[in-house]
Amino acid sequence: MIRVVLPPHLRGLAHVSGEVKLDIQGAVTQRSVVDALEERYPMLRGAIRDHVTQKRRPFLRFFACGEDLSHVQPDAPLPEAVASGAEPLLIVGAIAGG
Amino acid sequence: MSKVRVLVGTRKGAFILTSDGKRENWDVSGPHFAGWEIYHLKGSPADPNRLYLSQSSGWSGQIMQRSNDGGNTWETVGNKFAYDGVPGTHQWYDGTPHPWEFKRVWHLEPSLTNPDMVYAGVEDAALFVSKDGGQNWQELSGLRRHGSGPYWQPGAGGMCLHTIIQDSSNTRRMYIAISAAGAFRTDDGGKTWRPINQGLRSQYIPDPTAEVGHCVHHIAMHRSRPDVLFMQKHWDVMRTDNAGDLWQEISGNLPTDFGFVIDVHAHEPETIYVVPIKSDSEHFTPDGKLRVYRSRTGGNEWEALTKGLPQADCYVNVLRDAMSVDTLDKCGVYFGTTGGQVYASADAGDTWAPIVRDFPAVLSVEVQTLP
Repeated sequence: MIRVVLPPHLRGLAHVSGEVKLDIQGAVTQRSVVDALEERYPMLRGAIRDHVTQKRRPFLRFFACGEDLSHVQPDAPLPEAVASGAEPLLIVGAIAGG
Repeated sequence: MSKVRVLVGTRKGAFILTSDGKRENWDVSGPHFAGWEIYHLKGSPADPNRLYLSQSSGWSGQIMQRSNDGGNTWETVGNKFAYDGVPGTHQWYDGTPHPWEFKRVWHLEPSLTNPDMVYAGVEDAALFVSKDGGQNWQELSGLRRHGSGPYWQPGAGGMCLHTIIQDSSNTRRMYIAISAAGAFRTDDGGKTWRPINQGLRSQYIPDPTAEVGHCVHHIAMHRSRPDVLFMQKHWDVMRTDNAGDLWQEISGNLPTDFGFVIDVHAHEPETIYVVPIKSDSEHFTPDGKLRVYRSRTGGNEWEALTKGLPQADCYVNVLRDAMSVDTLDKCGVYFGTTGGQVYASADAGDTWAPIVRDFPAVLSVEVQTLP
């Protein structure tokens, strides 16, 4: 069971509060986590990564274990602490806009 | 007694304002989708409780919502807007080729007859249609591919398809407008399109009378006369009496012929409304006065409508989709400002009163007249 913390605007969109817990089959990567998120919460499709390019939206970042993992390849394994559920994957919205 | 529902899209959420036919006392519902930009929401003429809504943000892109109960509850529907084939390039601001990239939905136009069918005008400019209540979207790519697409260029607000008008007397005819490409018409249900910009004159492009490149801000039509269109362009108010084959200027005595909105009285097809705006860089009301101008002669002769509107120290804009009319007698006219006010007139513009004064900047106003 892995843990994901969504930014407030996506928690509202997905109608969840607090952390999201997901079962991931196979390798725990950015892609498999977002796949699982979109499967559980279809309203998030296109909101974290672009439908067509599959690229992470530029104003969202992936943080975990005190590191910025945003530029790690989507199929690279996430840290063991995330895979084990000891630490959450944080999907963070940029502090920007008005 | 009839009821009026005003659908307001703002920079920070959607609001729904309702009143009885007197249009004096209003209930305010919202913000719906607080914090998100709501470029547009509109109800189906075939089922007024079916609403479609465009929700977007710089963080998470485009989200689409649908309501089956007049906006009390919403469900997220499909948001995959994929251009048909290899999209190619249009011109960037500096004239260089730039790849077509989907950014957002500017305008939603539900079918006149089928509640599950809705058109979407998007940035970068293209027209999409859904036939399953917004779940899936297909591009009507004959528009983008008719030939002039590589020469289209964005206006200051982006290269948006912002106006979609259906001809109720001819289901195969539709009009759209793009900033800054111009107006286009299909006569075969969206398969093929042609520019309808003859008569437009734009000094800000190399060839002022070019076939495409005109910054059309909005177009309005009265459903009883589908060949007559009224246009607010980036400078110049125009009309055509032959479905866009030729336009003529009707700016007449307006204090400035720049503006964004234009609309037509529900029962008088020669009565039209605009809100002149100071240009080019200011984009606020001239002289600090918020004035709607009405022509009862189909243009050229305009009267300022000021009763109830601020006539000093007012510097707001009224954006292209932020005016609408109801179909009551007398016709109600509504508009929203970038200052967050939504004004209503229950007497065709003779007098005005604010419904609300302190919303976020208003992006769009649509009105439904309900039984």
